[in-house]
Amino acid sequence: MALPTTETVECDILIIGGGMSGCGAAFEANYWGDKLRVVMVEKAAIERSGATGEGLSAINCYMGQRYGWNTPEDFVQYVVNDMMGLAREDLVYDVGRHVDSTVHMLEEWGLPIWKRENGEYERIGRWQIPIHGESIKPIAAEPARTALGQGNLYERVSVTHLLTDANDAGKIAGAIGFSVRENKFYVFRAKAVVITTGGASNVFRPRSVNEGLGRTWYSVFATGSAYGLMIPAGVEMTQMEHRFVPTRFKDGYGPVGMWFQYFHARVTNALGEDYTITRAAELDKYAPYGSAIPTPTPLRNHQMYLDLRDGLGPMYMRTEEAMEKLAEGDPAKMDQVRNEAWEDFLDMTISQALTWAAQNIAPEETPSEVVLAEPYIMGSHSGEAGAWVSGPEDLSPPEYFWGYNKMTTVRGLFAAGDGVGAAPHKFSSGSFTEGRLAGKSAVNYVTGNPDAPSLSNPQVTQLQETIWAPLETFEKFSGASTSSQVNPHYITARQGLARLQKIMDEYAGGTSASYTVNGPTLERGIALIETLREDLAHLGARNLHELLRCWELAHRVWVGEAHMRHLLHRKETRWPGYYYRSDFPDLDDQNWRVFVNSRYNASNNSWDVFTKPYINIVT
Amino acid sequence: MPTYVDPNACNACQGVHEGPLCVYICPNDLMVLDSDLDKGFNQEPELCSECYACVKLCPQEAIHVRGYADFVPMGAVVQPHRTQTTEGDGLRWEVRFRDGREFEFTYPSRTRPAGTVVPYENFTEDRVGDLGSQGLAGEALWLGVTELPTVK
Repeated sequence: MALPTTETVECDILIIGGGMSGCGAAFEANYWGDKLRVVMVEKAAIERSGATGEGLSAINCYMGQRYGWNTPEDFVQYVVNDMMGLAREDLVYDVGRHVDSTVHMLEEWGLPIWKRENGEYERIGRWQIPIHGESIKPIAAEPARTALGQGNLYERVSVTHLLTDANDAGKIAGAIGFSVRENKFYVFRAKAVVITTGGASNVFRPRSVNEGLGRTWYSVFATGSAYGLMIPAGVEMTQMEHRFVPTRFKDGYGPVGMWFQYFHARVTNALGEDYTITRAAELDKYAPYGSAIPTPTPLRNHQMYLDLRDGLGPMYMRTEEAMEKLAEGDPAKMDQVRNEAWEDFLDMTISQALTWAAQNIAPEETPSEVVLAEPYIMGSHSGEAGAWVSGPEDLSPPEYFWGYNKMTTVRGLFAAGDGVGAAPHKFSSGSFTEGRLAGKSAVNYVTGNPDAPSLSNPQVTQLQETIWAPLETFEKFSGASTSSQVNPHYITARQGLARLQKIMDEYAGGTSASYTVNGPTLERGIALIETLREDLAHLGARNLHELLRCWELAHRVWVGEAHMRHLLHRKETRWPGYYYRSDFPDLDDQNWRVFVNSRYNASNNSWDVFTKPYINIVT
Repeated sequence: MPTYVDPNACNACQGVHEGPLCVYICPNDLMVLDSDLDKGFNQEPELCSECYACVKLCPQEAIHVRGYADFVPMGAVVQPHRTQTTEGDGLRWEVRFRDGREFEFTYPSRTRPAGTVVPYENFTEDRVGDLGSQGLAGEALWLGVTELPTVK
């Protein structure tokens, strides 16, 4: 099988990924870089791609500075505590001070935001505002698409690898990928690259493994490519041991924030007890974080986990109780609450509405089960895995600043959204904002570094052979078996995914291991995942769709390995409720209030894992 | 199979779009054209997140969702229909329980017609002079406070 043709795209700035942060980057880079060529590449269509493609029922990151609701300082205090003491204060502050402008523009572009009678935004919680957000993604994508202009948006192209400069491995030169619609490679040569691709679902074995495999909490198409692209390129990563375990309505994974914060519902166990009361004393072990209000997300998980560990499930969200209280016996009020309750799912997690309908659950009558889901590794929402990036010049100490805001340790390579580590609680609006910050910064970089990078032709050719190998392998060996699914010369992407998920679930603290690890289980898991990484050279694919799945798997495997190596390094239990180290069961602020960073070295296939200091800026 | 296509309703978007719109929009590369039937088809239903992007876009309302067999009992329907609301474009949701109870919910989706946004309208930031500042494009207009905060 001959390699297909290659289209080389020359540009000043390449944005990889067209989710919320990618759209923010495209919008901003095209403003400041109106004389530059800015190109975006996306594996799907930007109107519905990325984690917000299905829609959202709330914007969870809004300061309300114009109303005097919150300052960026307040936001940093809240975020650092929710993360049990670990977040880059400069990066969190930077998102906080800019994010309101993103929200106000989204409203101008057509996003319906709930209002109070005085015209102010309605509030669900301190940082959360409710929206009619079914179309938030097409609304965010429209100005990005217009600003990019025709010929600068490459959709249905999957990027597999970053390219570094032929004469300087510490400098970015572009990226390479393939079309998922026709036999064709794309090589992008760029002076600056902004990586905005997603965090990772489906690294851990999910609770539903048949048809429901697609009903992961984070998007099933978030394949950890932010990390899978950066790690092999030698980018320094941070907090890859961090994970998010969402408490969600069972199986459909519908959101609970509206129920807890707006409807004030409680969760009760088999005995009718509320774990926030019966397990209150547990929080004292985790002072000062546990004694702050609100209780950090992992500790609320931890309280529920203890009930489940003790066999006190099922856990029920008492929707009927909350709705009765809100309606106060008034049928019109009940109609309104019912309408709001269903919108919460229909705007963003439609499967949960279908699950309720199929289980005959009317929330005003019947409570609904909640569960701790499988772990997810991400840099947005409540996750903080990602690249170690420079902060902004006016906020960051020298240890956190190296010339350009959001630039990684590879020169000219910027990150935003799930790709930025130690900068959690961005959600949709903050990710768009971080994309804007990275987009402007990339224009600054290209202005100061206008020379085109050099691509190495042997590097490109070798990568093309690697990218195409699963198709070649399938064709070469298909005659060795009467089954396309069982062949001694290859495994399919789906089979490799099952193997990854089994390793992660059993050795890295998935649901079947009760989120618990220790040093020896992690060392065993790392050994198993190393052989899985070797076996990725023996994937088989029948067509471009399966080739896409092969490279998604490759990215997920990098995430899994990095996660375990970081878990092994951090010798404490920092986030009970997300994971437990049975050999280091306590939180140890004295030794471990530091960031865990890593760098993979491709030349000798080795990892350096080390710590970086926590520097207080606001707190 | 989470999304499925009603063969009697699907016309492969002939006359509306070059190739079926479900193939165009699916964020996970699931929807394909079955060339024998000339109809849309979900090629990998186990990786369908039931995001409804294709369901909402289908001009024929030919795409439906049958909940995940491994945890959703049979017999329920959740189907959106495009509609107009007082605030603009919206969706009317038809919800039918397994036991036959029916509900209908209508919510706005956008207050402004698609395709009418002019990027950078009335932005005042100087593309050269303000490039080195911490401010972002449009913040003079949209931040909501006059001064960008910094840590003193």
